[in-house]
Amino acid sequence: MAQIMTQASDFILDPARMFRTTQRYGHSHALGLQYVGHGVGWAELAMPWKQELVGDIQTETMATGAIIGLLDMTAGVSVWTRLETFRPQATLDLRIDYLRAAHPRTAMAARVECYRVTHEIAFVRGIAHDGDPSDPVAHMAGSFMFTGEPMAPLKPPHNPPANPLADSFTKDAG
Amino acid sequence: MIAGSANYTLPPYADLLGISISDSPENGEPPTLSMPFHDGLAGRPGMLHGGAIAGLLDMAANAALTASLRAGGQASRFKPIGMTIDYVRAGKEKPTLARGRVTRIGRRVATVIVEAWQDDDSRHIAAARIHMLLSSEAI
Repeated sequence: MAQIMTQASDFILDPARMFRTTQRYGHSHALGLQYVGHGVGWAELAMPWKQELVGDIQTETMATGAIIGLLDMTAGVSVWTRLETFRPQATLDLRIDYLRAAHPRTAMAARVECYRVTHEIAFVRGIAHDGDPSDPVAHMAGSFMFTGEPMAPLKPPHNPPANPLADSFTKDAG
Repeated sequence: MIAGSANYTLPPYADLLGISISDSPENGEPPTLSMPFHDGLAGRPGMLHGGAIAGLLDMAANAALTASLRAGGQASRFKPIGMTIDYVRAGKEKPTLARGRVTRIGRRVATVIVEAWQDDDSRHIAAARIHMLLSSEAI
């Protein structure tokens, strides 16, 4: 993703713009991911329905792997919104619970919150839903490890003092 | 998750990732799945995306459980309950292989452990543990 970055000194994180670029390449492009919305410490991306994402031809539902890809990517963006800058990272672990079957031939969206960052690690949690965020298809928790320096100096503090079970999930993506 | 007769058919999502069955032993042993590198699997430049690795792990786990259930003459419909993935090493721009191992088949739940590797099958890049809900009916 380094190719889309500007000079560190004038770098301002714009997830919408950044994602318009990244969605043209790599795994985001293959899955067809789209930017939906973000705030400080959370992001939402969507994965429109397409036949290539089917994991079970009998039920015509999206593959669980594709849903994990969507959650993983959304989690990465949520970490940058928490830092308010870009920083390279790698997934360390993910825990996914499948809460119910996805609706057939339906788009999926993921909302992920980065609720804590330390020097080395970012912690995330979120959901995947197919229309109603209050009735999610899957729940995710995970951690990411930073693999390089931030694009711009970090603004302290990165962690809000309030309860991290944030209102971000109830806010509209707008 | 595809129950069929002798042949195990991978779903469209496996084609999107470029996954094929590279080795399919008889008598319930788990098949090995392979995923050559291509652009659609890329995360950061030069690296395999974590989501693509998860997709391969999931497909290999499904194939292992299907093989095992068929060998035991059991119902071969199932759906995932939960999955825990550990990313141990960075995936590079090279072919990735994965194979599952069914550690337990109960009456209602099966557990599959699955590993993905690149050059050396003793140095896996990622591993997952998946619980599957078994069903004799259509899900």
